[in-house]
Amino acid sequence: MSKRLTCDVVVIGAGMVGAACALYLARAGLATLVLDRGPVAGGTTGAGEGNLLVSDKEPGPELDLALLSTRLWYDLAAEPGMGGSVEFEAKGGIVVASDAAGMAALTAFAAGQRAAGVEAEVVDAGRLAELEPHLTPGLAGGVRYPQDCQVMPSLAAAQVVRAARRAGAELRTGTAVTDILCAPDGSVRGVRTAGHGDIHAPAVVNAAGTWGAEVAALAGVTLPVLPRRGFVLVTEPLPPGTVRHKVYAADYVADVASGDAGLQSSAVVESTAAGPVLIGASRERVGFDRTFSLPVVRRLAAQATALFPMLAGVHAMRGYLGFRPYMPDHLPAVGADPRAPGLYHACGHEGAGIGLAVGTGHLIAQSLTGRRPELDLAPFRPDRFEEDGQ
Amino acid sequence: MRQRTPLELAGAHPGPPFTVTVDGHETAALPGQTVAAVLWSAGITSWRSTRGSGAPRGVFCGIGVCFDCLVTVNDRPNQRACLVQVASGDAIRTQEGVGHDGLG
Repeated sequence: MSKRLTCDVVVIGAGMVGAACALYLARAGLATLVLDRGPVAGGTTGAGEGNLLVSDKEPGPELDLALLSTRLWYDLAAEPGMGGSVEFEAKGGIVVASDAAGMAALTAFAAGQRAAGVEAEVVDAGRLAELEPHLTPGLAGGVRYPQDCQVMPSLAAAQVVRAARRAGAELRTGTAVTDILCAPDGSVRGVRTAGHGDIHAPAVVNAAGTWGAEVAALAGVTLPVLPRRGFVLVTEPLPPGTVRHKVYAADYVADVASGDAGLQSSAVVESTAAGPVLIGASRERVGFDRTFSLPVVRRLAAQATALFPMLAGVHAMRGYLGFRPYMPDHLPAVGADPRAPGLYHACGHEGAGIGLAVGTGHLIAQSLTGRRPELDLAPFRPDRFEEDGQ
Repeated sequence: MRQRTPLELAGAHPGPPFTVTVDGHETAALPGQTVAAVLWSAGITSWRSTRGSGAPRGVFCGIGVCFDCLVTVNDRPNQRACLVQVASGDAIRTQEGVGHDGLG
Protein backbone atom coordinates (compact mmCIF):
# COMPACT_ATOMS: atom_id res chain seq x y z
CA MET A 1 0.00 0.00 0.00
CA SER A 2 1.38 3.33 -1.01
CA LYS A 3 2.14 6.05 1.47
CA ARG A 4 -0.62 8.51 2.09
CA LEU A 5 0.14 11.72 0.18
CA THR A 6 0.09 14.92 2.14
CA CYS A 7 1.38 18.45 1.73
CA ASP A 8 0.68 21.92 3.10
CA VAL A 9 -1.01 23.31 0.02
CA VAL A 10 -2.17 22.08 -3.37
CA VAL A 11 -2.16 24.59 -6.24
CA ILE A 12 -4.53 23.63 -9.04
CA GLY A 13 -3.25 25.01 -12.33
CA ALA A 14 0.27 25.35 -13.76
CA GLY A 15 -0.31 28.50 -15.75
CA MET A 16 1.40 31.77 -14.91
CA VAL A 17 -0.77 32.41 -11.83
CA GLY A 18 -0.38 28.87 -10.46
CA ALA A 19 3.36 29.07 -11.07
CA ALA A 20 3.63 32.37 -9.18
CA CYS A 21 1.50 31.08 -6.29
CA ALA A 22 3.73 28.00 -6.06
CA LEU A 23 6.86 30.14 -6.06
CA TYR A 24 5.82 32.43 -3.22
CA LEU A 25 4.21 29.60 -1.23
CA ALA A 26 7.31 27.42 -1.50
CA ARG A 27 9.54 30.33 -0.59
CA ALA A 28 7.34 30.98 2.43
CA GLY A 29 8.29 27.48 3.56
CA LEU A 30 5.10 25.59 2.72
CA ALA A 31 5.23 22.09 1.21
CA THR A 32 3.59 22.95 -2.10
CA LEU A 33 2.24 20.63 -4.79
CA VAL A 34 1.20 22.02 -8.19
CA LEU A 35 -1.23 19.98 -10.25
CA ASP A 36 -2.40 20.56 -13.79
CA ARG A 37 -4.55 18.35 -15.95
CA GLY A 38 -2.43 19.41 -18.95
CA PRO A 39 1.11 20.75 -19.29
CA VAL A 40 2.67 23.90 -17.83
CA ALA A 41 1.21 26.96 -19.60
CA GLY A 42 -1.26 24.77 -21.49
CA GLY A 43 -4.27 27.08 -21.11
CA THR A 44 -4.59 30.84 -21.31
CA THR A 45 -0.94 31.46 -20.39
CA GLY A 46 0.21 29.87 -23.62
CA ALA A 47 -2.29 31.81 -25.71
CA GLY A 48 -1.65 35.45 -24.82
CA GLU A 49 0.94 38.14 -25.34
CA GLY A 50 2.77 38.53 -22.03
CA ASN A 51 1.70 42.04 -21.16
CA LEU A 52 2.67 43.49 -17.80
CA LEU A 53 0.61 46.65 -18.07
CA VAL A 54 -0.23 49.46 -15.72
CA SER A 55 -1.23 51.75 -18.60
CA ASP A 56 -4.65 50.21 -19.25
CA LYS A 57 -5.84 50.26 -15.65
CA GLU A 58 -7.85 53.00 -14.00
CA PRO A 59 -7.10 53.91 -10.38
CA GLY A 60 -8.51 51.23 -8.09
CA PRO A 61 -7.76 47.77 -6.74
CA GLU A 62 -6.63 46.27 -10.06
CA LEU A 63 -4.13 49.09 -10.59
CA ASP A 64 -2.84 48.61 -7.03
CA LEU A 65 -2.34 44.92 -7.79
CA ALA A 66 -0.63 45.83 -11.08
CA LEU A 67 1.77 48.25 -9.36
CA LEU A 68 2.62 45.64 -6.71
CA SER A 69 3.12 43.06 -9.48
CA THR A 70 5.34 45.38 -11.50
CA ARG A 71 7.63 45.79 -8.52
CA LEU A 72 7.72 42.03 -7.96
CA TRP A 73 8.38 41.33 -11.66
CA TYR A 74 11.39 43.66 -11.51
CA ASP A 75 12.66 41.77 -8.44
CA LEU A 76 12.09 38.42 -10.14
CA ALA A 77 13.71 39.52 -13.39
CA ALA A 78 16.78 40.61 -11.42
CA GLU A 79 17.30 37.10 -10.00
CA PRO A 80 20.23 35.26 -11.60
CA GLY A 81 19.30 33.81 -14.98
CA MET A 82 15.64 34.80 -14.73
CA GLY A 83 15.21 38.05 -16.68
CA GLY A 84 16.82 36.87 -19.89
CA SER A 85 15.26 33.42 -19.83
CA VAL A 86 11.73 34.82 -19.65
CA GLU A 87 12.49 37.58 -22.20
CA PHE A 88 11.67 40.28 -19.66
CA GLU A 89 11.73 43.66 -21.36
CA ALA A 90 11.04 46.93 -19.55
CA LYS A 91 10.20 48.55 -22.85
CA GLY A 92 7.39 50.83 -21.72
CA GLY A 93 4.01 51.34 -23.32
CA ILE A 94 2.63 54.08 -25.51
CA VAL A 95 -1.08 54.73 -25.81
CA VAL A 96 -1.99 56.89 -28.79
CA ALA A 97 -5.01 59.06 -29.59
CA SER A 98 -6.08 59.80 -33.13
CA ASP A 99 -7.86 63.11 -32.54
CA ALA A 100 -8.01 66.03 -30.11
CA ALA A 101 -11.04 64.69 -28.23
CA GLY A 102 -9.38 61.32 -27.75
CA MET A 103 -6.18 63.04 -26.61
CA ALA A 104 -8.09 65.12 -24.05
CA ALA A 105 -9.74 61.98 -22.63
CA LEU A 106 -6.43 60.13 -22.58
CA THR A 107 -4.66 63.03 -20.85
CA ALA A 108 -7.36 63.15 -18.16
CA PHE A 109 -7.17 59.37 -17.70
CA ALA A 110 -3.38 59.58 -17.32
CA ALA A 111 -3.69 62.37 -14.74
CA GLY A 112 -5.84 60.12 -12.58
CA GLN A 113 -3.36 57.27 -12.95
CA ARG A 114 -0.44 59.55 -12.01
CA ALA A 115 -2.22 60.45 -8.79
CA ALA A 116 -2.41 56.70 -8.07
CA GLY A 117 1.33 56.17 -8.54
CA VAL A 118 1.65 55.47 -12.25
CA GLU A 119 4.44 57.08 -14.27
CA ALA A 120 2.72 58.64 -17.29
CA GLU A 121 4.24 61.18 -19.64
CA VAL A 122 2.04 63.04 -22.12
CA VAL A 123 3.81 63.20 -25.48
CA ASP A 124 2.95 65.38 -28.46
CA ALA A 125 2.85 64.21 -32.05
CA GLY A 126 6.46 65.23 -32.70
CA ARG A 127 7.84 63.29 -29.74
CA LEU A 128 5.62 60.35 -30.69
CA ALA A 129 7.37 60.15 -34.06
CA GLU A 130 10.76 60.09 -32.31
CA LEU A 131 9.69 57.34 -29.94
CA GLU A 132 8.06 55.20 -32.64
CA PRO A 133 9.31 56.20 -36.10
CA HIS A 134 6.93 53.90 -37.97
CA LEU A 135 3.73 55.16 -36.34
CA THR A 136 1.24 56.71 -38.72
CA PRO A 137 1.68 60.46 -39.04
CA GLY A 138 -1.21 62.66 -38.03
CA LEU A 139 -1.93 61.18 -34.60
CA ALA A 140 -2.96 63.76 -32.02
CA GLY A 141 -0.46 62.49 -29.47
CA GLY A 142 -0.12 59.90 -26.78
CA VAL A 143 0.94 58.97 -23.29
CA ARG A 144 4.12 57.06 -22.53
CA TYR A 145 4.05 54.59 -19.63
CA PRO A 146 7.64 53.61 -18.72
CA GLN A 147 6.46 50.95 -16.22
CA ASP A 148 4.80 48.74 -18.84
CA CYS A 149 6.85 45.59 -19.38
CA GLN A 150 6.71 42.36 -21.31
CA VAL A 151 7.64 38.72 -20.82
CA MET A 152 7.28 35.65 -23.01
CA PRO A 153 4.44 34.03 -21.07
CA SER A 154 5.09 30.32 -21.65
CA LEU A 155 8.77 30.74 -20.77
CA ALA A 156 7.81 32.85 -17.78
CA ALA A 157 5.45 30.18 -16.39
CA ALA A 158 8.04 27.44 -17.04
CA GLN A 159 10.89 29.37 -15.41
CA VAL A 160 8.80 30.42 -12.42
CA VAL A 161 7.67 26.79 -11.93
CA ARG A 162 11.34 25.81 -12.11
CA ALA A 163 12.21 28.41 -9.47
CA ALA A 164 9.34 27.12 -7.31
CA ARG A 165 10.70 23.58 -7.59
CA ARG A 166 14.14 24.81 -6.58
CA ALA A 167 12.40 26.24 -3.50
CA GLY A 168 10.94 22.81 -2.77
CA ALA A 169 7.61 22.77 -4.64
CA GLU A 170 6.55 19.64 -6.48
CA LEU A 171 4.89 19.64 -9.91
CA ARG A 172 2.60 17.03 -11.42
CA THR A 173 1.34 17.71 -14.92
CA GLY A 174 -1.21 15.51 -16.66
CA THR A 175 -2.99 15.15 -13.33
CA ALA A 176 -6.62 16.20 -13.32
CA VAL A 177 -8.32 17.10 -10.08
CA THR A 178 -11.63 15.28 -10.06
CA ASP A 179 -12.88 16.41 -6.66
CA ILE A 180 -12.05 18.63 -3.74
CA LEU A 181 -12.25 16.74 -0.47
CA CYS A 182 -14.28 18.54 2.20
CA ALA A 183 -15.02 17.87 5.84
CA PRO A 184 -18.66 17.83 6.99
CA ASP A 185 -18.33 21.50 8.00
CA GLY A 186 -17.35 22.39 4.42
CA SER A 187 -13.67 22.99 5.11
CA VAL A 188 -11.16 21.72 2.57
CA ARG A 189 -9.15 18.57 3.29
CA GLY A 190 -7.38 17.99 -0.01
CA VAL A 191 -8.05 16.90 -3.57
CA ARG A 192 -8.90 13.73 -5.44
CA THR A 193 -6.90 13.22 -8.61
CA ALA A 194 -7.33 11.04 -11.65
CA GLY A 195 -3.86 9.52 -11.54
CA HIS A 196 -2.49 9.97 -8.03
CA GLY A 197 -5.43 9.17 -5.79
CA ASP A 198 -6.26 11.44 -2.87
CA ILE A 199 -3.83 14.12 -1.77
CA HIS A 200 -4.45 15.49 1.69
CA ALA A 201 -3.79 19.14 2.40
CA PRO A 202 -5.37 21.76 4.63
CA ALA A 203 -5.29 24.34 1.83
CA VAL A 204 -6.11 24.31 -1.88
CA VAL A 205 -5.45 27.22 -4.27
CA ASN A 206 -7.71 27.51 -7.29
CA ALA A 207 -5.39 28.85 -9.99
CA ALA A 208 -7.32 27.24 -12.83
CA GLY A 209 -7.77 30.50 -14.73
CA THR A 210 -10.65 30.40 -17.19
CA TRP A 211 -11.62 27.01 -15.78
CA GLY A 212 -11.71 28.36 -12.22
CA ALA A 213 -15.51 28.09 -12.03
CA GLU A 214 -15.29 24.32 -12.49
CA VAL A 215 -12.73 23.99 -9.71
CA ALA A 216 -14.81 26.18 -7.39
CA ALA A 217 -17.83 23.97 -8.10
CA LEU A 218 -15.86 20.91 -6.92
CA ALA A 219 -15.77 22.58 -3.50
CA GLY A 220 -19.47 23.40 -3.69
CA VAL A 221 -19.05 27.14 -4.24
CA THR A 222 -19.82 29.33 -7.22
CA LEU A 223 -17.31 31.62 -8.88
CA PRO A 224 -18.55 33.39 -12.03
CA VAL A 225 -15.48 33.01 -14.27
CA LEU A 226 -16.42 33.06 -17.94
CA PRO A 227 -14.28 32.63 -21.07
CA ARG A 228 -13.65 35.77 -23.13
CA ARG A 229 -12.08 34.85 -26.46
CA GLY A 230 -9.17 36.80 -27.87
CA PHE A 231 -7.15 36.48 -31.08
CA VAL A 232 -3.51 37.36 -31.66
CA LEU A 233 -1.76 37.67 -35.03
CA VAL A 234 1.94 36.89 -35.41
CA THR A 235 3.95 38.58 -38.15
CA GLU A 236 7.13 37.45 -39.82
CA PRO A 237 10.26 38.54 -37.91
CA LEU A 238 11.16 42.22 -38.29
CA PRO A 239 14.44 43.97 -37.53
CA PRO A 240 15.01 45.07 -33.92
CA GLY A 241 13.73 48.59 -33.34
CA THR A 242 10.87 48.45 -35.86
CA VAL A 243 8.31 48.58 -33.04
CA ARG A 244 9.94 49.74 -29.82
CA HIS A 245 7.22 49.91 -27.17
CA LYS A 246 3.92 48.26 -26.50
CA VAL A 247 1.76 50.50 -28.64
CA TYR A 248 -1.98 50.60 -28.58
CA ALA A 249 -4.91 52.82 -29.36
CA ALA A 250 -6.76 54.53 -26.53
CA ASP A 251 -9.93 52.57 -27.44
CA TYR A 252 -8.31 49.47 -25.94
CA VAL A 253 -8.96 50.69 -22.40
CA ALA A 254 -12.68 51.00 -23.12
CA ASP A 255 -12.74 47.54 -24.73
CA VAL A 256 -11.14 45.92 -21.70
CA ALA A 257 -13.64 47.58 -19.38
CA SER A 258 -16.64 46.61 -21.49
CA GLY A 259 -19.13 44.07 -20.20
CA ASP A 260 -20.66 43.59 -23.66
CA ALA A 261 -20.58 40.00 -24.91
CA GLY A 262 -20.16 41.15 -28.52
CA LEU A 263 -16.89 41.63 -30.32
CA GLN A 264 -14.55 44.44 -29.30
CA SER A 265 -11.20 44.90 -30.93
CA SER A 266 -8.45 47.49 -30.93
CA ALA A 267 -4.86 47.16 -32.02
CA VAL A 268 -2.19 46.35 -29.47
CA VAL A 269 1.16 46.07 -31.24
CA GLU A 270 4.46 44.90 -29.79
CA SER A 271 7.64 43.26 -30.99
CA THR A 272 9.08 40.15 -29.36
CA ALA A 273 12.65 39.19 -28.56
CA ALA A 274 12.47 36.55 -31.29
CA GLY A 275 11.59 39.13 -33.97
CA PRO A 276 7.91 38.63 -34.82
CA VAL A 277 5.46 41.40 -33.96
CA LEU A 278 2.32 40.39 -32.06
CA ILE A 279 -0.98 42.05 -32.92
CA GLY A 280 -3.88 41.84 -30.48
CA ALA A 281 -6.40 42.31 -29.09
CA SER A 282 -9.94 41.18 -29.65
CA ARG A 283 -12.44 40.29 -26.99
CA GLU A 284 -15.76 38.49 -27.32
CA ARG A 285 -17.78 36.18 -25.12
CA VAL A 286 -18.68 33.16 -27.21
CA GLY A 287 -18.08 30.37 -24.69
CA PHE A 288 -15.24 27.96 -25.36
CA ASP A 289 -15.65 28.19 -29.15
CA ARG A 290 -12.26 27.47 -30.75
CA THR A 291 -13.40 28.29 -34.29
CA PHE A 292 -10.86 30.53 -36.00
CA SER A 293 -12.49 33.76 -37.10
CA LEU A 294 -11.07 35.36 -40.23
CA PRO A 295 -13.26 38.50 -39.86
CA VAL A 296 -11.84 39.13 -36.38
CA VAL A 297 -8.19 38.79 -37.37
CA ARG A 298 -8.83 40.81 -40.53
CA ARG A 299 -10.15 43.61 -38.34
CA LEU A 300 -7.11 43.35 -36.06
CA ALA A 301 -4.81 43.52 -39.07
CA ALA A 302 -6.62 46.59 -40.41
CA GLN A 303 -6.45 48.34 -37.02
CA ALA A 304 -2.75 47.52 -36.62
CA THR A 305 -2.00 48.75 -40.13
CA ALA A 306 -3.84 52.00 -39.36
CA LEU A 307 -1.38 52.53 -36.46
CA PHE A 308 1.72 51.25 -38.30
CA PRO A 309 1.25 51.64 -42.08
CA MET A 310 4.46 49.68 -42.76
CA LEU A 311 2.70 46.54 -41.47
CA ALA A 312 0.74 46.51 -44.74
CA GLY A 313 3.90 45.15 -46.37
CA VAL A 314 4.52 42.55 -43.68
CA HIS A 315 3.08 39.03 -43.63
CA ALA A 316 1.10 37.59 -40.77
CA MET A 317 2.59 34.10 -40.40
CA ARG A 318 -0.04 32.72 -38.10
CA GLY A 319 -2.67 33.56 -35.56
CA TYR A 320 -3.90 31.99 -32.35
CA LEU A 321 -6.72 32.37 -29.88
CA GLY A 322 -7.10 32.05 -26.16
CA PHE A 323 -9.79 32.26 -23.52
CA ARG A 324 -9.25 35.04 -20.98
CA PRO A 325 -10.86 34.39 -17.60
CA TYR A 326 -13.54 37.07 -17.49
CA MET A 327 -15.18 38.22 -14.26
CA PRO A 328 -18.36 40.34 -14.35
CA ASP A 329 -16.65 43.22 -12.50
CA HIS A 330 -13.24 42.79 -14.21
CA LEU A 331 -11.49 42.06 -10.93
CA PRO A 332 -9.84 38.72 -10.16
CA ALA A 333 -10.77 36.50 -7.23
CA VAL A 334 -7.81 36.54 -4.85
CA GLY A 335 -7.80 35.20 -1.33
CA ALA A 336 -9.58 32.89 1.08
CA ASP A 337 -13.11 31.71 0.36
CA PRO A 338 -15.17 32.03 3.56
CA ARG A 339 -17.72 29.57 2.16
CA ALA A 340 -15.13 26.77 2.09
CA PRO A 341 -12.43 27.28 4.73
CA GLY A 342 -9.03 26.26 3.33
CA LEU A 343 -9.99 27.10 -0.25
CA TYR A 344 -8.18 30.04 -1.80
CA HIS A 345 -8.82 31.52 -5.22
CA ALA A 346 -6.26 33.03 -7.55
CA CYS A 347 -8.06 33.30 -10.86
CA GLY A 348 -10.22 35.51 -13.06
CA HIS A 349 -7.51 37.96 -14.16
CA GLU A 350 -8.92 38.19 -17.69
CA GLY A 351 -6.22 39.46 -20.06
CA ALA A 352 -3.93 40.76 -17.32
CA GLY A 353 -2.98 37.50 -15.62
CA ILE A 354 0.63 37.33 -16.72
CA GLY A 355 1.32 40.70 -15.16
CA LEU A 356 -0.90 40.28 -12.11
CA ALA A 357 0.28 36.71 -11.40
CA VAL A 358 3.22 37.65 -9.20
CA GLY A 359 1.30 40.08 -7.02
CA THR A 360 -1.43 37.47 -6.71
CA GLY A 361 1.02 34.73 -5.73
CA HIS A 362 2.64 37.02 -3.18
CA LEU A 363 -0.74 37.94 -1.61
CA ILE A 364 -1.87 34.30 -1.55
CA ALA A 365 1.34 33.30 0.22
CA GLN A 366 0.86 36.08 2.77
CA SER A 367 -2.75 35.03 3.39
CA LEU A 368 -1.86 31.37 3.73
CA THR A 369 0.94 31.97 6.19
CA GLY A 370 -1.16 34.15 8.45
CA ARG A 371 0.54 37.40 7.55
CA ARG A 372 -1.28 40.58 6.75
CA PRO A 373 -1.59 40.82 2.95
CA GLU A 374 0.19 43.82 1.47
CA LEU A 375 -3.03 44.89 -0.27
CA ASP A 376 -6.57 44.93 1.05
CA LEU A 377 -8.13 41.80 -0.43
CA ALA A 378 -11.74 42.93 0.14
CA PRO A 379 -12.27 44.05 -3.50
CA PHE A 380 -11.05 40.63 -4.68
CA ARG A 381 -13.24 38.58 -2.31
CA PRO A 382 -14.32 35.41 -4.10
CA ASP A 383 -17.80 35.47 -2.54
CA ARG A 384 -18.54 39.09 -3.50
CA PHE A 385 -21.08 38.09 -6.12
CA GLU A 386 -23.31 36.27 -3.62
CA GLU A 387 -24.69 39.61 -2.41
CA ASP A 388 -26.05 40.38 -5.88
CA GLY A 389 -28.14 37.25 -5.71
CA GLN A 390 -25.97 35.54 -8.32
CA MET B 1 25.85 17.56 -67.78
CA ARG B 2 22.33 16.45 -68.53
CA GLN B 3 19.86 18.18 -66.26
CA ARG B 4 18.07 15.76 -63.96
CA THR B 5 14.35 16.45 -63.79
CA PRO B 6 11.35 14.29 -62.93
CA LEU B 7 9.48 15.47 -66.06
CA GLU B 8 9.95 12.20 -67.92
CA LEU B 9 9.08 10.01 -64.97
CA ALA B 10 5.92 11.99 -64.36
CA GLY B 11 5.00 12.00 -68.04
CA ALA B 12 4.69 15.76 -67.82
CA HIS B 13 4.27 17.95 -70.89
CA PRO B 14 4.82 21.46 -69.58
CA GLY B 15 4.16 24.55 -71.68
CA PRO B 16 6.98 26.54 -73.25
CA PRO B 17 9.79 27.61 -70.93
CA PHE B 18 10.38 31.22 -69.91
CA THR B 19 13.03 33.07 -68.00
CA VAL B 20 13.21 34.51 -64.51
CA THR B 21 16.17 36.18 -62.83
CA VAL B 22 17.99 34.82 -59.80
CA ASP B 23 20.05 37.61 -58.21
CA GLY B 24 20.06 39.26 -61.62
CA HIS B 25 21.09 36.19 -63.63
CA GLU B 26 18.64 34.92 -66.26
CA THR B 27 17.50 31.41 -65.42
CA ALA B 28 15.19 29.05 -67.32
CA ALA B 29 11.87 28.08 -65.74
CA LEU B 30 8.83 26.01 -66.70
CA PRO B 31 5.18 26.87 -66.11
CA GLY B 32 3.92 25.35 -62.85
CA GLN B 33 7.31 25.22 -61.17
CA THR B 34 7.78 26.63 -57.74
CA VAL B 35 10.61 29.03 -56.99
CA ALA B 36 12.33 26.19 -55.12
CA ALA B 37 12.09 23.90 -58.16
CA VAL B 38 13.64 26.58 -60.38
CA LEU B 39 16.46 27.16 -57.90
CA TRP B 40 17.14 23.44 -57.49
CA SER B 41 17.05 22.94 -61.26
CA ALA B 42 19.72 25.62 -61.50
CA GLY B 43 21.83 23.78 -58.92
CA ILE B 44 21.14 26.30 -56.16
CA THR B 45 20.35 24.64 -52.82
CA SER B 46 20.77 27.55 -50.40
CA TRP B 47 19.33 31.04 -50.81
CA ARG B 48 18.87 32.52 -47.38
CA SER B 49 20.97 33.13 -44.28
CA THR B 50 19.42 32.93 -40.83
CA ARG B 51 18.89 36.16 -38.89
CA GLY B 52 20.83 34.99 -35.86
CA SER B 53 24.01 33.22 -36.94
CA GLY B 54 23.85 33.76 -40.71
CA ALA B 55 23.69 30.00 -41.37
CA PRO B 56 22.67 28.95 -44.92
CA ARG B 57 19.09 27.78 -45.57
CA GLY B 58 17.14 26.28 -48.46
CA VAL B 59 14.25 23.84 -48.70
CA PHE B 60 13.68 21.80 -45.55
CA CYS B 61 10.09 20.55 -45.39
CA GLY B 62 9.11 21.45 -48.93
CA ILE B 63 5.43 21.70 -48.02
CA GLY B 64 5.04 25.23 -46.63
CA VAL B 65 5.24 24.42 -42.95
CA CYS B 66 8.78 25.14 -41.76
CA PHE B 67 9.39 28.64 -43.23
CA ASP B 68 13.04 27.71 -43.81
CA CYS B 69 13.09 28.32 -47.59
CA LEU B 70 12.24 32.03 -47.42
CA VAL B 71 13.22 34.08 -50.45
CA THR B 72 12.51 37.52 -51.89
CA VAL B 73 10.34 37.46 -55.01
CA ASN B 74 9.61 40.69 -56.89
CA ASP B 75 10.76 42.70 -53.85
CA ARG B 76 8.44 40.85 -51.45
CA PRO B 77 10.62 39.22 -48.78
CA ASN B 78 9.93 36.03 -46.84
CA GLN B 79 8.06 34.18 -49.60
CA ARG B 80 8.12 30.42 -49.17
CA ALA B 81 10.08 29.18 -52.19
CA CYS B 82 8.41 25.76 -51.93
CA LEU B 83 4.92 27.22 -52.41
CA VAL B 84 5.26 30.24 -54.71
CA GLN B 85 4.86 29.46 -58.41
CA VAL B 86 7.09 31.35 -60.79
CA ALA B 87 5.85 33.60 -63.58
CA SER B 88 7.77 34.91 -66.55
CA GLY B 89 10.14 37.72 -65.61
CA ASP B 90 10.01 37.13 -61.84
CA ALA B 91 12.94 38.67 -59.98
CA ILE B 92 14.09 36.15 -57.36
CA ARG B 93 16.60 37.38 -54.81
CA THR B 94 18.48 35.58 -52.09
CA GLN B 95 17.76 36.99 -48.71
CA GLU B 96 19.77 37.86 -45.63
CA GLY B 97 18.23 37.99 -42.19
CA VAL B 98 14.64 39.13 -41.90
CA GLY B 99 14.55 40.55 -45.42
CA HIS B 100 13.15 43.87 -44.20
CA ASP B 101 16.34 45.90 -44.13
CA GLY B 102 14.43 49.10 -44.78
CA LEU B 103 12.74 48.86 -41.38
CA GLY B 104 14.21 49.13 -37.92
